Amino acid sequence: MSIAAEASNFSFPHRHLLGIEGLSRAEITGLLDLSEEATKLSRQIDKKRDDLRGRTLINLFFEASTRTQSSFELAGKRLGADVMNMSVSNSSVQKGETLIDTAVTLNAMRPDLLVVRHHAAGAVQLLSQKVDCSVINAGDGSHEHPTQALLDALTIRRHKGHIEGLVVAICGDILHSRVARSNILLLNALGARVRVVAPSTLLASGIERLGVEVYTSMWEGLVDADIVMMLRLQRERMASSLVPSQREYFHFFGLDYEKLARAKPDALVMHPGPMNRGVEIDSNVADDPQSVIREQVEMGVAVRMAVLQALARHLPNQ
Amino acid sequence: MNAPTTKQRSTSRPIALVNARLIDPASGLDQLGGLLIVEDRIADLGRHIAAGSLRDAEVVDCGGRVLAPGIIDMMVSAGEPGLEHRETLATASRAAAAGGVTTIVCMPNTEPVIDDVALVDFILRRARDTALVNIHPMAAMTKGLLGQEMTEIGLLRDAGAIAFNNGKTSVANAKVMRNVLAYAKDFGALIVHHLEDPTLGQDGVMNEGEVATRLGLRGVPAAAETIMLERDIRLVELTGGRYHAAQISCRTSLDIIRTAKLMGLPVTCGVSINHLTLNENDIGPYRTFFKMKPPLRSEDDRRAMVEGVASGDIDVIVSAHDPRGAEGKRRPFAEAADGAVGLETLLGAALRLYHNGEVELSRLLRALTANPARLLTLNSGRLAKSAPADLVLIELNTPWVVEPERLCSKSKNTPFDGARLEGRAVLTLVAGRPVYNYAD
Repeated sequence: MSIAAEASNFSFPHRHLLGIEGLSRAEITGLLDLSEEATKLSRQIDKKRDDLRGRTLINLFFEASTRTQSSFELAGKRLGADVMNMSVSNSSVQKGETLIDTAVTLNAMRPDLLVVRHHAAGAVQLLSQKVDCSVINAGDGSHEHPTQALLDALTIRRHKGHIEGLVVAICGDILHSRVARSNILLLNALGARVRVVAPSTLLASGIERLGVEVYTSMWEGLVDADIVMMLRLQRERMASSLVPSQREYFHFFGLDYEKLARAKPDALVMHPGPMNRGVEIDSNVADDPQSVIREQVEMGVAVRMAVLQALARHLPNQ
Repeated sequence: MNAPTTKQRSTSRPIALVNARLIDPASGLDQLGGLLIVEDRIADLGRHIAAGSLRDAEVVDCGGRVLAPGIIDMMVSAGEPGLEHRETLATASRAAAAGGVTTIVCMPNTEPVIDDVALVDFILRRARDTALVNIHPMAAMTKGLLGQEMTEIGLLRDAGAIAFNNGKTSVANAKVMRNVLAYAKDFGALIVHHLEDPTLGQDGVMNEGEVATRLGLRGVPAAAETIMLERDIRLVELTGGRYHAAQISCRTSLDIIRTAKLMGLPVTCGVSINHLTLNENDIGPYRTFFKMKPPLRSEDDRRAMVEGVASGDIDVIVSAHDPRGAEGKRRPFAEAADGAVGLETLLGAALRLYHNGEVELSRLLRALTANPARLLTLNSGRLAKSAPADLVLIELNTPWVVEPERLCSKSKNTPFDGARLEGRAVLTLVAGRPVYNYAD
């Protein structure tokens, strides 16, 4: 079985996928096209291909994750790779092994692809310098989460047909969000108009210089938006006095029907998960037909298959 | 170890350094001439010291190079006691000698902390027995550097502590700081303070702003420094204690210092060579050798630091020498150790400001020699009769490339890795005795 020739033959010269930064518009579009093919495959009865037959993929997660890890696992398996999941608990970090020691150890097991999530920004890049295989960033601190941005873009494109010119409002904890950073980079590269909406305590310093319009009011920030992208608010943020309380946050920044009414009538509601219902999003809004949150999860598998295929082209054959 | 000791120079022939460009920043002297060393002191200097004029002396022709007082570096982490895997007094002193530094002031944030008379004595004895250059310990101003209880400032000073400092943390408690400043004043002791509000700087690992946001790293706002500096200056106003801001890093701090000086307060400040020559953009893809406290700031802040040295509002340039091994630096940025070595690159990097035409040579050297000597009430740091013969001969135009593996320091964490510098120490003398010769 072979996927459409034009989708498979786009140029993707990178050995690793460490972030959206550094990807060209054509490369992003190429990955999205390839993901469309993977979506078709995933909806068939026979979902297996053999692109990665004989290859070993290691999921190395220094931070807990359900959906990203399982999504990479499925993507790898559908492409025929042997997949191993490694959750590096905090205890083994406390034993004193450094990230680089872990990388060197894993490298000795000769994986072909390494999917890494780590709580420190830049950790995945550091690790990529110490191993011989292709490395995919599955989230590094508050820095980047490139496959999330790709799956968001794929979801948007499938509904709207294009990304250029759309008004996208990214709402919530911008300060700590790698999803926000990757999405800002990707959506700007594809010509969307990106807004960020958050209380000033959750906005990163200098964020306006990343090419976004900054709003501190949902009622203003959502006006005429095509896409409303919500971010998760972690409960620790209350403890560190970034927001006063859950109910105040929901009142001003939680997505309910009243605020959503400011956006275009056909606006899509998105959330990278896991959701805090009643904190950043009203439960009914999350389950509304306007919400594409479940479809985002499906696109997650497709995008990760596409990324694995694109990187696999650069794996040595001998 | 076999390193020559500096303090017990035996009676030997006088040395005449002739055909030199003598620069004494303390007096403004800048002229061709010679300098005569007898024993460990400068016996005479001037145009009349020339090759043929002295019968007994060993004559060294300086070839027109700059002869200046040896550098006095007010901020060096020298590893002893407890951190000898990173540096020792011996290795730090070799690095110093190679960099034209003849006196180093070492930091008290060792293991254990230098907050006791016995530890001051330990440093002085270890220095006497192992070091090539003069070493003066700073003692902790609060016990264990915890910012709670004052140390025995009087006894520590009598034992040889040259100044008092709280390591790389600020004393957050204003009342403790007030008491330290007031009490130290009675002994004429200098308080050297690191500036970072511990709560505002808490999560930060680099300068706050666009670059940090792009890298997904938490920032330290400049306000963490300026709030602490403002507070300290109000306390100096209240107590009259002698106060030196260890390192400033941003334009607003420079403005605060200028205002304090205009008010006539006993306030001075330093800046690290890193903050004069590097900025936050140098971090690039998470390069941990550029991680330091205070963090590298914006290019505008760097320019302000250079202006501050040029105008004399910034009194002192330090290396902020802080050796760190691979175990501390080969980590994700947020988890990596702060600090950079700097003794050997201090002069060469500082000369960039001179070669760029940003700071006059004499002004630059003053911040490296006469000013720290004045603050620390040392006799050195000047070319004058009967001053210690702590000297550096500087070749202003020698280009050289910083090669970490060739550094004398035990740790190689230099942000100038591979940098091209112009100008360096070619001969360093401590108490009249050569401790470094580039030609060797």
